[in-house]
Amino acid sequence: MAKITYIEHNGVEHSVDVPAGKSVMQGAVDNNIPGIDADCGGECACATCHVYVDAAWLDRIGLPAAGSQEASMLSFAAVTQPDSRLSCQITVTDAMDGLVVRMPEGQH
Amino acid sequence: MTQDSRQIVIAGAGHAGGSAAAMLRQFGWTGGITLLGEEPIPPYQRPPLSKAWLKGEATADSLALRPAKFYPDAAIDLRLETKVTSIDRTARTVTLSDGGTLAYDVLILATGARARKLPLEGADLDGVLELRSAADADRLKAALHPGAKLAVIGGGYIGLEAAASARALGAEATIIERESRVLARVACPILSDFFQNFHRARGVKIEVDVQVAALEGSQGSVAGVRLGDGRLVPCDAVLVGVGAVANDELAREAGLPCHNGVAVDLSARTEDPAIFAIGDCTSRPLPLYDRTGRLESVPNALEQAKQAASAICGKPAPTPEVPWFWSDQYDLRLQIAGMPFDATQIVVRGDVSGAKFALFHLTADGTVQAVEAVNAATEFMGGRRIIAKRKQLTRARIEDMSVSMQELAG
Repeated sequence: MAKITYIEHNGVEHSVDVPAGKSVMQGAVDNNIPGIDADCGGECACATCHVYVDAAWLDRIGLPAAGSQEASMLSFAAVTQPDSRLSCQITVTDAMDGLVVRMPEGQH
Repeated sequence: MTQDSRQIVIAGAGHAGGSAAAMLRQFGWTGGITLLGEEPIPPYQRPPLSKAWLKGEATADSLALRPAKFYPDAAIDLRLETKVTSIDRTARTVTLSDGGTLAYDVLILATGARARKLPLEGADLDGVLELRSAADADRLKAALHPGAKLAVIGGGYIGLEAAASARALGAEATIIERESRVLARVACPILSDFFQNFHRARGVKIEVDVQVAALEGSQGSVAGVRLGDGRLVPCDAVLVGVGAVANDELAREAGLPCHNGVAVDLSARTEDPAIFAIGDCTSRPLPLYDRTGRLESVPNALEQAKQAASAICGKPAPTPEVPWFWSDQYDLRLQIAGMPFDATQIVVRGDVSGAKFALFHLTADGTVQAVEAVNAATEFMGGRRIIAKRKQLTRARIEDMSVSMQELAG
C-alpha cells in the first residue's frame, strides 16, 4: 500500500491509498479522480493517463526506456514535459508511499 | 451527496454507461443516478475478453471498470440483471424488466450492440458460441484446451483475436471467411494480407471465399462446419464473429429517429432533448469526415459518454476526436487512427515484412484520412495529429524514414 497524491491541473489534490501491484493509473480510476482518462484500460495504447512525476520522485520512478511503446506513445501525447510518464506503466510498490503526480491540462 | 432532486437513468451498464455514470460525478452532477445493467456483474472492460481473459491473464478485479464499492460510494444506484423494456417520453418514465417503473429527468441509452446471428441449420447446437460478454468468454475459455479444435466463422477482429488466443492455449483454429480476405470490411488489403500470413505462420488455418452451409453435430453438440463446397471443418466448438447489430429497438419503439443506431448529435443527444444515447448503439456525426456513422469501439463509447456528461452538467462540449481503435494479436499491436473515407492511395511507411509499419490512406489531394499502424506507436500517435489537422502529405515524404513523424506532423 502506498499513499499517492494526484494533483489536478487546477490544483485540486487527491490523496488516496493504492495497493501495491496496481498501477498509478488504476489508483486514480478506482477513486474516480478527474484528469486521468485511461481510455484503453491500461494497455499502453492511448496515452490518456499522462502524468508529470514530482521531481523528488523522478529518480526512483525513472523515465520510459528509449524506443519503448510508452516512449513512442508519449512522443505525441498532449503537452509532454521531461518528467512525463504514462501512469498505467508505473506499478505501485510500498516504497512509493508519498508519491506525488500532477495531471496535464488535458489528455486529448 | 445527493442534493439535486433531478434523476438520471442510464439504460445499459457497459463501457459507455458505466463511464457516463462516473463522469457525471466527476463533472459535479449531484442529482440521482440509476445505472441499469442487464448482466449479473458491474461494468467491466470488454476488450480483454478475447485476449488476456481467454488466456487466463486477467482477473475479475482487473476487468472491472471500477471497484464494486465505487458505486455506493458515489451514490450511483447500480441495478444488475435489470433492463429497460419501454420508454414513455411524455410521462418521462421507463418500464423495467422487473416490472417496476422509474421516472427520469434525463435518460441515457447505452444499450450497446449484440452479436449478429447466423440463420443456419445447427446454429442452436451446444458449442456454438459468440463473444460479447464475460459469460460468453467463459464458455469459449472452457472450450479452448490443448488439442481442442475451434472453428471461427468470420475473419474480423473478434475472430482473429480469438484465434490468436486459441493458439496460445494450444488449441487448433480454423477461420472461415466468406469474403476474399480477412478484415475485408475494416482494413485495407495490405493489412489483410499481413494478418493472414502472420496467422497462418502460427498454425491458424484460414479459408477465404467460402460459404457456410450448416453446422453439424451429434447428440446436441456441434462437431463440424459444413462449407458451401461440401467440405467439413471438424471442430469441438464454433465461434460466430460476423459483426454486431445496434440495440436501438427501445429508441425506435419510442419514436426516436434511428439509422443503423440511435441518431445523435455531437452532444450525444437524440431528437428528444431529455434523451441521450452513447456507445455502440448510436449513429453519430463524424465531423472530420462530414458524414454520420456507427462506431463500435471503446474510445467512441468514452468520447460519447463525455459528450453527454458535459452537456448534462453544462460544461463546454469536448473537442471532437479522431476515431481510433486497437487490436492485439500475438505480439502485434495494431492501432488505427481515422477512417479511410474517399481515400484513393495507400502509402507504406516502414517495413511490412519486419512487422513494423504504418499504412497512410490519402485522398486524391493528399489529405491523410487514416493511418493503420502495426507495432508503430509513433506513427499512430503522429497520424492522429495529422488527421485532426487535415494535413496533406506527399507519398515521398511519408515513405522517407529519415523524415521523422514529428516533422510530418509539424
